[in-house]
Amino acid sequence: MSPRITFITAGRILRQLLNDHRTVGLVLAVPALIIALISAIMDEAPQVFDQTGLILLAAFPFMLMFMITSITLLRERTGGTLERLMTTPTGKLDLVVGYAIAFGTAAAAQTAVAATVAFAFLGLDTAGPAWAVFLICIVTSLLGMALGLFVSAFATTEFQAIQFMPVFVVPQLFLCGLIWPADQMAGWLQGVSDALPLTYAVKALTEVRLNPEVTADMWTDLAVVAGAVVLATALGAATLRRRTD
Amino acid sequence: MPPTPAIAVTDLVVERGKRPVLTGVSTEVSAGSVTGLLGPSGSGKTTFIRAVVGTQKVKGGTVTVLGEPAGSKPLRGRVAYVTQDASIYRDLSVKANVAYFAALYGRDRREAMRAIERVGMGDHADKLAGNLSGGQKTRTSLACALVIEPEVLVLDEPTVGLDPVIREELWDQFRELAAGGATLLVSSHVMDEADRCDRLLLLREGRFIADDTPADLRAATGAANLEAAFLHLIRELEGAN
Ligand SMILES: Nc1ncnc2c1ncn2[C@@H]1O[C@H](COP(=O)(O)OP(=O)(O)O)[C@@H](O)[C@H]1O
Ligand SMILES: [Mg+2]
Repeated sequence: MSPRITFITAGRILRQLLNDHRTVGLVLAVPALIIALISAIMDEAPQVFDQTGLILLAAFPFMLMFMITSITLLRERTGGTLERLMTTPTGKLDLVVGYAIAFGTAAAAQTAVAATVAFAFLGLDTAGPAWAVFLICIVTSLLGMALGLFVSAFATTEFQAIQFMPVFVVPQLFLCGLIWPADQMAGWLQGVSDALPLTYAVKALTEVRLNPEVTADMWTDLAVVAGAVVLATALGAATLRRRTD
Repeated sequence: MPPTPAIAVTDLVVERGKRPVLTGVSTEVSAGSVTGLLGPSGSGKTTFIRAVVGTQKVKGGTVTVLGEPAGSKPLRGRVAYVTQDASIYRDLSVKANVAYFAALYGRDRREAMRAIERVGMGDHADKLAGNLSGGQKTRTSLACALVIEPEVLVLDEPTVGLDPVIREELWDQFRELAAGGATLLVSSHVMDEADRCDRLLLLREGRFIADDTPADLRAATGAANLEAAFLHLIRELEGAN
């Protein structure tokens, strides 16, 4: 792996993203708008919004990264640029980490806008520090990236890549505690919930919501998410083949 | 002792989708030359080229480039590959595309601009690649390889759909690069480019049915032009079967 090539790659991917002004606008504005909508829906129950709004702060970058990574990488695979890159000094890890840096930056910008709106204007309240929320959101967004990287190997068209959303993303959103607390689900479903990495991002956020100090449990939960990121990234990198049929 | 060839292929066997595409081909390409890889569409030109740049899974045989196994790490800064369909980023400008590939090889934006000028894309440098015509995309893709100034340049049908003037200019550049010591392997399915090559490989049904200089091919077949020479060879082959 070469840090120089990794940063050149990240710069190229960010430039591709920035050239698409409409996507940049959607990435930055949509989560903040939806969270504002949820806050208006939950007007009478601010303590429920404290839970749901907080989880959405992490859920949006998670979904975004999954989508843009799977589609951008699919384009690299089908457009011939991946094959071309494989004949250049670019290593697989340079490419994967380049993606993580570029889209991680996009996720950070998205989270910054959404979190500022939620905390400053919508009255979102956590006992713990905002930086911990921010950190959890970034790691969760990398989880979305890593999953997107992995599934792009199994899609041959952009349409298929989008169809992987209901398979890889939606169940995690339903079971992570966003729509219903995990400990009030059917027993077997709690088992499934415990096996999904997004659940641990929600647990970590809950720790921040309830405790003024950053807790050891939060770090443990975050470590589980980070472990899933590393695992999914390794699986994703393994699908990048230098030689193909 | 003859100089080591820039590209050496021995008994190369490739299957794609369980069907044999190359059934044991061998050849040597000498350094500082332009070799034309000719054959009808579907004959396996792209497959052969992918084996040379090391992106094709092969069933048997060896491919050695500059003394190293094809696609191996030491070759990745020395060999450039221009794919048949322009492999560039649609959502980047011409300049950003070429500058990116240039940067991977430690080359700067000035060199990128020079490569863009060389393919006659100077007036379109700031356009998004997605908004270019087919021929302009091809030329941008070519600039992404020229900027590297590689020792071995492998081009898959680089002149398809280009206007004759630009085609002529590109061939002049290919000749110039070879004169400077670079080795070029260029595939084509049109015969009128064959005469600009030092050596020709004619691929048909998974084998090379000719591996010779244009002059020797004409002489051996007694044909006036290469098109006729190849027809002669194919008829001869079919007659033998
Ligand atoms: N990805 C692939 N999977 C299976 N078969 C393929 C694939 N790509 C090409 N082929 C087959 O391999 C043969 C050679 O193709 P190719 O090397 O692209 O020929 P050419 O470049 O001379 O037109 C063709 O019969 C083609 O159908
Ligand atoms: Mg081809």
